[in-house]
Amino acid sequence: MLAFILKRLGLALLVAFTVSFISFSLLFLSGDPAAALAGETASGEDVEALRRLYGFDRPMLVQYGEWLFAALRGDFGESYYFKLPVASLIAERLQVTMTLGVCGILFALVTAVPLGVAAAIRPNSLIDRLALFLSVAGQAMPSFWFGLILIVVFAIQLGWLPPSGAESWRHFIMPTIVLGYYAMPAIMRLTRAGMLDVLNSDYIRTARAKGAGETRVLFKHGLRNAIIPVVSLAAVQMGFMLGGSIVVESVFALHGAGYLAWESIARNDLPTVQALILVFSMFYIVFTFLADVMNAWLDPRMRSA
Amino acid sequence: MTDATDPLSAELQGPSPRQMLKSRAFSHKGLMFGVIVVGLLVLVALLAPLLAPHDPYAQSLMKRMVPPVFMGGTWEHPLGTDHLGRDYLSRLLYGARVSLLIGTVAALISGVIGTAMGVAAGYFGGKVDAVVTFLINVRLAMPVVLVALAVVAILGGSLTVVICVLGLLLWDRFAVVMRASTLQISRRDYVAAAQVIGASTPRILLTEIMPNVFNNLIVIVTLEMAHAILLEAALSFLGLGVQPPTPSWGLMVSEGKNMMLFEPWLVLIPGAVLFVLVLAINLMGDGLRDVTAPEGRS
Repeated sequence: MLAFILKRLGLALLVAFTVSFISFSLLFLSGDPAAALAGETASGEDVEALRRLYGFDRPMLVQYGEWLFAALRGDFGESYYFKLPVASLIAERLQVTMTLGVCGILFALVTAVPLGVAAAIRPNSLIDRLALFLSVAGQAMPSFWFGLILIVVFAIQLGWLPPSGAESWRHFIMPTIVLGYYAMPAIMRLTRAGMLDVLNSDYIRTARAKGAGETRVLFKHGLRNAIIPVVSLAAVQMGFMLGGSIVVESVFALHGAGYLAWESIARNDLPTVQALILVFSMFYIVFTFLADVMNAWLDPRMRSA
Repeated sequence: MTDATDPLSAELQGPSPRQMLKSRAFSHKGLMFGVIVVGLLVLVALLAPLLAPHDPYAQSLMKRMVPPVFMGGTWEHPLGTDHLGRDYLSRLLYGARVSLLIGTVAALISGVIGTAMGVAAGYFGGKVDAVVTFLINVRLAMPVVLVALAVVAILGGSLTVVICVLGLLLWDRFAVVMRASTLQISRRDYVAAAQVIGASTPRILLTEIMPNVFNNLIVIVTLEMAHAILLEAALSFLGLGVQPPTPSWGLMVSEGKNMMLFEPWLVLIPGAVLFVLVLAINLMGDGLRDVTAPEGRS
């Protein structure tokens, strides 16, 4: 088990290191970050001054090394636009995004797992068809459009919920539904498939033959085994969702890290964008690492992988 | 004498695998719905110049936000006009071109990259496999929307840039699936036989491996096409995808957003069409998977 964890940890660190290099070098795609920063109207002298101020005149690898060592100490430089340390800016905005992410994944699990189990118990029943319909529709639904429809119906027409902002828990209801619905189809399909698999297995037949009650068979023997892959999928989806919250946050004007990313990209605020790409990647890497470890802990067969 | 019209031999032979595939395909409702809707939308996209009642770029300040015909408008503009007085139906028709073009080309680019990586990893194994698996992990760790937005912002939003960025980002599922299927196929006896008779590696890959992983490849191409179309719409909605005045459905939703309070159809119509297209492509992909690999159905 320890060997497995160390191996996975090493891989995770290597991935993190590679991602940090890519996210740093992406922003050199334009060729000259100083010119991009100064804008089209800037004179040659202005561009030159900016280049020296931010150290763009040095070799890229030197800049990367400096950035990485500062980042390891939690220092991501200063935002060009907000004139504040990027690290504290992101830390402050992450609260909203984390709240949204946790609510979203909980919403997805609470809707997807019961639906998936119910669909697996009675394949081809009405509830199975409903579950299939919800998951097919969810995979095709543009999340920004879904969000706007919710705003039109529940905020404008009915006036039940506030259309935007993050002041109270009521502001989080619609964003949670939109973000959660994005993660729901995959979780539901996996729950259904896992449950179907388990219910056809020998030990369920044995449990039934022993005379165990149906509830006990379904939940103690069945769901407990079917849920293992779902737990790790939920962790991976959580990583994806934090990265995907950028669309939801901009629809509902939730000032979280995703919204900050969008603002910073639009304003050419390089240090903030670089740091955000790295932070979102780290979340994904940490969540998948935890999912792997959890899987290996719950199912010893996975440890050899 | 095995004549197909001879009742006895026909009965002995039974339907050929090809015929069985065909009958499975025609009786699959989801697949048929998907194929018909996607076919219609492709036709609409190709014939947009003939079908569109107006020039999708022609503005008219006198006729801004005319409502659609079912909301009290006239047949002059069946789906009304937008905030610049441009005919909404015409923009919608030309928008199908943008979505389908981006979806197809991006899926092809990522398909070539992902298939090459996946097949190489599955066939050669060892170090090649380790490197490819590592690259897949790195790619999955990068937040797609964020990276795509940042790159489009730096390079400028044009159709070509959006297509290339999406094509270079969406190869992960191709690599994962192609690696797994190649791994399975390359253990078969006929691949060993080809190696024993001295067939060259490119020959084995092209004539033994590729035809056998092709079905899986087609399924992933379809699903990734839907993925690319949704991402393009999201990027354009956020203002960092296809740039105005190009008619993109995501951009139309974004332009209609400010008038949403009074004219909700400006947002509803392009979003609904986008939803139907992506739904149809997904149903087509899921259907293809069911039909080509019936043993894998749950």
